[in-house]
Amino acid sequence: MNRDRINKILNQIPTHFIIIFMILIWVVPTLGLLITSLRPVQAVNTSGWWTVLSPPRGSAEYNQYCASCHGVEGIAITNADLTDPELISRFPRSLQLLATLRADINSQPHMQDTPVPEDQAAADIAVHLKKISGIDEQPRFTFSNYIDALVGYRGTRSYQKDCAAGTAPLDIHCDTSDLLNPRGMGRAFVNSLLVTIPATFLPILFAAFAGYAFAWLDFKGRFLLFSILVGLQVVPLQMTLVPISRLYAQLGLNGTFLGVWLFHTGFGMPYAIYLMRNFLGSLPRDLFESAYLDGASHWTAFYQLVIPLAMPAIASLGIFQFLWVWNDLLVALVFLGGTTPVMTYQISNMVTSLGAGWQLLTASAFLSMLLPMIVFFALQRYFVRGMLAGAVKG
Amino acid sequence: MAARSVPNIMKQGKLAPWLYLLPALLVMTFFIVYPMINTISLSFSNKDGTASAATTCVEGKPCWGIFENYHYALTAELDTSSFSTFWSSFWGSSYGNTLKWIVLMVSGSVGLGLTFAVLADRVKYEAFAKSIIFMPMAVSFVGAGIIWKFVYDYGTKQMQIGLLNAVITSLGGQPVAFLSVPQLNTIALLVVGVWIWTGFCMTILSASLKAVPDEIIEAARVDGAQEWTIFWKIMIPIIMPTITVVITIMVINVLKLFDIVYVMTGGNFGTNVIANRMYTEMYKNFNVGRGTAIAVVLVLAIIPFIYYNIRRFIAQEEMR
Repeated sequence: MNRDRINKILNQIPTHFIIIFMILIWVVPTLGLLITSLRPVQAVNTSGWWTVLSPPRGSAEYNQYCASCHGVEGIAITNADLTDPELISRFPRSLQLLATLRADINSQPHMQDTPVPEDQAAADIAVHLKKISGIDEQPRFTFSNYIDALVGYRGTRSYQKDCAAGTAPLDIHCDTSDLLNPRGMGRAFVNSLLVTIPATFLPILFAAFAGYAFAWLDFKGRFLLFSILVGLQVVPLQMTLVPISRLYAQLGLNGTFLGVWLFHTGFGMPYAIYLMRNFLGSLPRDLFESAYLDGASHWTAFYQLVIPLAMPAIASLGIFQFLWVWNDLLVALVFLGGTTPVMTYQISNMVTSLGAGWQLLTASAFLSMLLPMIVFFALQRYFVRGMLAGAVKG
Repeated sequence: MAARSVPNIMKQGKLAPWLYLLPALLVMTFFIVYPMINTISLSFSNKDGTASAATTCVEGKPCWGIFENYHYALTAELDTSSFSTFWSSFWGSSYGNTLKWIVLMVSGSVGLGLTFAVLADRVKYEAFAKSIIFMPMAVSFVGAGIIWKFVYDYGTKQMQIGLLNAVITSLGGQPVAFLSVPQLNTIALLVVGVWIWTGFCMTILSASLKAVPDEIIEAARVDGAQEWTIFWKIMIPIIMPTITVVITIMVINVLKLFDIVYVMTGGNFGTNVIANRMYTEMYKNFNVGRGTAIAVVLVLAIIPFIYYNIRRFIAQEEMR
């Protein structure tokens, strides 16, 4: 009995190993993104995110070359107190530091028996000295990347520092109006919401009507029409973009929310109707028969019976459409572009033309994932259900 | 079909059903059917859709007349001077790349998805494990593109901040520019696709694996079949219809794939795919005729799947 159990556990080890390995491949890149987005920009560009918990840059070199005389905290020699900002500010670059280290002090070599550090080590020591003297204190984690991303700050320092120093770029006003800066993720977040909510609601509404007709009403050509609809589900988006964007240009709908809402509604329709009709068609028939026998009209049956009963399908469809629209890039790129940028557009623009740094990209990407992740983990059940009902869309 | 025999009592006038259908039919006609037809006709026109494509022919060069845009769409990337140049230019063209994507990404995500579905079924933390693998489905392709662009980052000589190159250099290797070395970069992009879509394949396959009746598997075990045999000879044949469906869905997804390539390489360094090429022709070169011709080529590749989808639907309806 006992041996059997041990055997069973041993047999399971390869299974656990593969599963955990795959989970790591799925989690680690995402974790890297999250950690990077929370690190100060200098740290992002000079060390990998996995070193975030290792000792900060320069402390090892400092301990190796300097700590024996100056002490671990840098205050052992009173007339060369390394925590004194005034003293350290005389070494803005590692060159000055190296020169001092090579020079003589009271006609004795500064470093005495210890060899003078290499260039790279000296640079690291300089970073460490700036930190202990408080000139350039770098926290391990910071939210400033998120603030910079939200307000669309593209400078070299950070939004808060530039605003405090009064050197902010022209398009930054250093008040809450910056959240609506067209280059920022704050504005893009609002735009994404404004695009997504109606573009989720409208298809569900239309699909509920049509699904009801396909499932419970009798009309000529019903089967044929529905078969065509099944075929339309896999029509690629690319097939419809050009005529619609030409038409929108004539109607002045390019760059408007209305244009995008309608496009997403039209394109989401075949799948939404398919899902609705299959769900409604699986409801018991007696329900409808007795409703009609009681004298209910189609309309009463629809909004008093169908809509409440269809809530699970509506939920599935809602999540699907929400994620689809929120995560869409192509439609946003073609119909909204830079005039009303949504989050996916803003990020792709940072990558392709602005060449923004990793600290901004990671923070922006994480901001764009926040809402879908919450929706996904809270309502995963409905999402999976909708997918299993036949997800061929886009 | 649930209402194939609708009780008489439900036939309330001829107009009512069409009123329910009206909004849906209107938006679909306007946003899918009309543009499809219009796209086809535009694909026979010139740069801005004002004249026939035949007018764009250049004197002294081969011309397909009204099909000139298709001539461009199908052959512009290819070097047909000899078989070997044709062969190598094909594998660097958007068609060769799309083919690579189809073969490798579909087999990768379906294979990994199936493996994970089978393995996760045996452990206690199945729900957790599956939701982790499924998570990229909630994230945009743009977001996933950024996540992986960072993993692939090609730093300086001293410093690698991209995870993959840091691992390579710490093992003593030379850093690799994953996104600009031809052939390798398509593989690198494709891995992102697999990373995103494995969860989708896994979820559907897992549901159908769980629907395999326990009695069949128990009976096979009693007869002395090994786990491996049970998997290949019993489970796989039973879920084969689902595997086929997942494969077709994945092939369609790959054909339409645009975002990953657009964000990560912009189609440069030999990573172009059909969908991105269509976007470039239409919205960067502003060539309506060529852009729509590429879109039609794309839809021609999808037509077999449209047909298959309808056939499957009809078969399902007959079984109800």
